[in-house]
Amino acid sequence: MTSSPARTPFIVRLGRSLDARSWLLIGLFAAFALVAVPVMHLLLPPGNPLHLSTYFITLTGKILCYAIVAVAMDLIWGYGGILSLGHGLFFALGGYTFGMYLMREIGRDGSYQSDLPDFMVFLDWKELPWFWTGSDHFLWAVLLVLIVPALIAFVFGYFAFRSRIKGVYFSIITQALTYAAMLLFFRNETGFGGNNGFTDFKRILGYSITAPETRVVLFALSALALIGTLVLARFLVTSKFGRILTAIRDAESRVMFIGYNPLWYKLFVWTLSAMLCAIAGALYVPQVGIINPSEMAVANSIEIAIWVAVGGRGTLIGAVIGAFIVNLAKSWFTVSFPEYWLFFLGTLFIVSTLWLPQGVVGLYRRLRAGRSNRQESANDAEKGAGKARENCGAPASAPLAAAKGASA
Amino acid sequence: MNSGDLLLTDNPDWDSGTAELGHMLKPGQLDLSHKVVLYLDGITVSFDGFRALNKLSLTIDAGELRCIIGPNGAGKTTMMDVITGKTRPDEGKAFFGQTLDLTRLSEPEIAHLGIGRKFQKPTIFENHTVFENLELAMKTDKRVWRSLLALLDSAAGDRIAETLQTIRLTAHADRLAGLLSHGQKQWLEIGMLLMQEPRLLLLDEPVAGMTDEETERTGELFLTLAGKHSLVVVEHDMAFVKQLGGKVTVLHEGSVLAEGALEDVQADARVIEVYLGR
Repeated sequence: MTSSPARTPFIVRLGRSLDARSWLLIGLFAAFALVAVPVMHLLLPPGNPLHLSTYFITLTGKILCYAIVAVAMDLIWGYGGILSLGHGLFFALGGYTFGMYLMREIGRDGSYQSDLPDFMVFLDWKELPWFWTGSDHFLWAVLLVLIVPALIAFVFGYFAFRSRIKGVYFSIITQALTYAAMLLFFRNETGFGGNNGFTDFKRILGYSITAPETRVVLFALSALALIGTLVLARFLVTSKFGRILTAIRDAESRVMFIGYNPLWYKLFVWTLSAMLCAIAGALYVPQVGIINPSEMAVANSIEIAIWVAVGGRGTLIGAVIGAFIVNLAKSWFTVSFPEYWLFFLGTLFIVSTLWLPQGVVGLYRRLRAGRSNRQESANDAEKGAGKARENCGAPASAPLAAAKGASA
Repeated sequence: MNSGDLLLTDNPDWDSGTAELGHMLKPGQLDLSHKVVLYLDGITVSFDGFRALNKLSLTIDAGELRCIIGPNGAGKTTMMDVITGKTRPDEGKAFFGQTLDLTRLSEPEIAHLGIGRKFQKPTIFENHTVFENLELAMKTDKRVWRSLLALLDSAAGDRIAETLQTIRLTAHADRLAGLLSHGQKQWLEIGMLLMQEPRLLLLDEPVAGMTDEETERTGELFLTLAGKHSLVVVEHDMAFVKQLGGKVTVLHEGSVLAEGALEDVQADARVIEVYLGR
């Protein structure tokens, strides 16, 4: 197919995958994150009511990273019907690979004043393990962030999808994968700092990691990464690829009979999702200043699924909303009623499963549909469906997607 | 998808009497030089000792419209599973044209080579619109990278519009397929098959649940398709089989019991026994 529409530049098509209102919202968000936040944090004195505290910057920056993970999760779960309960692994791997660079940036400022990271001195190691080679180079670290988790996801996904492992079985295997990785990283011999992981970072590219300016830059990068993730994900789900992905979710064998091989479709979106998580992890570690194997705990990965479920599966923006709701609630709860947080999280999950199958976004849509129904006659729904296609392939019916995802 | 070179070693009738029709072997392409589109020979499939297919042999000519009838459990669905690569036979040969060994190809490969299957229960993508269903089914490059950047060109749009007209769903193009009536879903699935430009169509009870008028329209459609495509129709509705005319094959306990025109088959004593009980 080499007719004229195919020659539309990719960047133009990327732009067209979102409507004007969405771009406006993204523009507002970018203005807030890239202009307002730096001004309010750096220029306004702490006494000013509009001043943003360091606490705000780190907390929000952290949640922005979580939101990227949530969108990555929504891509595979909401659209692909693949529920991963091990996505924390890819997040942690991104964090660890970038953490290696941050450890090397400490240089001789660690407690032992050695060229080696502190934990290696403590273990009486004389030289860096081979896989730490080049970890003092920023670009190499960035490359590793992109490649290592992607490679692991690709190999794991290839065997899992080739064997047609689906649904709950797949979820359980991903859980086992992240659990096994956690046990591996807990061991000192693995070479990643054992149960303490990496911490006490000092610098990033020579700049102090705790300086307000560095924090603002990291915050802005996280915001940009989230915007990029959303636009890319939106492009994917509105493309023919996205329609095939949802078709695989709904009727995989049918997709095979019309000549698509679901293996490569699932593998592509699965690997991409893992890479997005890794990028989020790499942005997360310098902001929170620590990475340890508990990030690979099974509960963390399950929490990712809860963010998406609360926000609304198969909507992309719902994943972002869910990540913010749950994590803001978490930071409040763990301060005010630390012992009740897990109960609250469990209740939230049950409530959203029973009464909000399409999450907060679904609730919003239902309320809006209810209001317009009362105003206008019922046959409008038909017209609405027609409009959906004129918009050049809205993601194949998100509302129905959620229900299917649950059974997948 | 390099299936052709596998076959060079075990071509079924390499030195048959028709060798004067000699021609270059084109790997991975349908070869109809002997006018046979589907060739099953001695296919046996067992599930836990139960023989679903028992030395089944069957040939379908190019452009033929063949009806397959038989009581429940005769092996009709298993036969389709073997042809589409879903089930591997324990014994026997299955060839598509002269050269394509169906027992060695995967399901997507077989679909891509031109065998389209319509299931008993309509399996369409209920969360996609009618238009999107046809778009996904269209014969095109189905690899990931192509799908990522694919845009509909006008030729493809015309093909979809044409198919929509054939299956009488033009007015419903933008509706979600899940909202169609049962008969319309069956039509949509047939339309999806047509979008793949198949050489061989396997249709499992295509008129089940259709009204009389829809059934008749379906019959008319099949008759126009025969010739351009080869059709294998599994059906219980004898009136429909009669409308289609053509050769009828009766399956029983996994092998062919009788074959011929409907009247002859219906007069066959063994067929009567199988259908009416002994």
